[in-house]
Amino acid sequence: MDFSVLTQHWADYLEGFLYTIFASLLGLVGSFILGTLIAVFRISPVKVLRGVGTAYVEFFRNIPLLLVVFIFYLGLPSVGIQLNGFQAGTLGLTIYTSSFIAEAIRAGIQSVSTGQLEAAISSGLTYAQAMRFIILPQAIKIVIPPISNQFLNLVKNSSILGMVAGMDLMYFADQVNLETYNTMDTYIFVGMFYLILTFPLAYATRVLERRMARVG
Amino acid sequence: MDFSQAYSVHNVQFVIEGFLYTLLLAAVAIVFSFILGVALGVVRYSHIPIVSPVIGLIVETLRNLPLLLLIFFTYFALPQVGLKMSPFWAAVTALTLFEAAMICEIVRSGLASVNKGIVEASQSSGMTRIQTLRCVTLPIGLRRMVPPLVSQFISLLKDTSLAVIIALPELMHNAQIVMGQGNSVVFPTLFLAALLYFIVNYSLSRFSRRLESQEGKHRGVSRGRNTPKARITPPSTSVKS
Repeated sequence: MDFSVLTQHWADYLEGFLYTIFASLLGLVGSFILGTLIAVFRISPVKVLRGVGTAYVEFFRNIPLLLVVFIFYLGLPSVGIQLNGFQAGTLGLTIYTSSFIAEAIRAGIQSVSTGQLEAAISSGLTYAQAMRFIILPQAIKIVIPPISNQFLNLVKNSSILGMVAGMDLMYFADQVNLETYNTMDTYIFVGMFYLILTFPLAYATRVLERRMARVG
Repeated sequence: MDFSQAYSVHNVQFVIEGFLYTLLLAAVAIVFSFILGVALGVVRYSHIPIVSPVIGLIVETLRNLPLLLLIFFTYFALPQVGLKMSPFWAAVTALTLFEAAMICEIVRSGLASVNKGIVEASQSSGMTRIQTLRCVTLPIGLRRMVPPLVSQFISLLKDTSLAVIIALPELMHNAQIVMGQGNSVVFPTLFLAALLYFIVNYSLSRFSRRLESQEGKHRGVSRGRNTPKARITPPSTSVKS
């Protein structure tokens, strides 16, 4: 293996690596907020909101991530809204992941017994208050392992940015590859950078899952 | 937006052609990754010294890499060491390796979820370890694995779209070519592609959900969720299930 690929293009790798982390963090925060909102929609007593939530989740879960990214990267410019690759990619990633997180959170909320919601409402809390103070704090605990798993997927999926010139690891690897013509070693190092991020996450997910299994 | 231009007979035909290619690619990859995944899962479950940990390490590595990287690697990097494949087989290889690693974990945890007592019972009635696996653990475990396997196949079908980077003429690739006709056809074409993916994946997920609820009902009866009811009904009626 030719380590000069890594040492000579260290700056490229590092920049791509940081952009990958940045996109993943933005995606995590965005999809968590959006996912929670959609999950609350999905179980709300208002029929229209429930319909919107269900449609959102079913639509984005059943189409490829690439298509979601293309909606922002090719679709929006066709109606006059310009986004660069990083913005379009991160936005697509966020929307796509939020549908999975919404499902995880919904399952978590529904695993908290309905008696608690009824008790909260009959002691005078509004529906929103009951959600905020009683149901969500309990659901979050149940939901952490699956969300951590989704975050792992998000980090891996962020490689999609490379397809829309989104400045991430895959994109910079392409640059390195064009300079070195050593495709194999270039991409082995890319893989190592991904593993630096994903191995600890996979480990954390497993620990969380095991802990949940013991408590439950 | 120009629907009549986007949905001209020629364009729709071209996109559908890509869709059929996507289905073919997915079907081939599903068959291979299922076979490989079950085999690897059984090996990991069986705790064979040296072999199981080595396979475990390879599987963990594959699972934690982006599939896009694997597809790219198979098609562009492997020829450097003499492994040259057509775009189709490169995509099949990458998809198979990645999804088999995912399926391996599903199979391993499915087998591990089978009640220890059943396994011990069959071994103490004289069955060998392989017989126990083939006749007891696998049939019980596999039934439990169906829902996660189906959702893995759904994500495989979505993942075939990543083969765009090696210019495989599948759905996203053909849609991209149609979108080159101008701004007015971009949204209609994206919508058509989304619809095609959605129809297949949504029916698959409905199918899986139905199986899951049947499985749940089945398990509910055998674990005696109905026992309180059975206590008040006369024994003659409670036996019939």
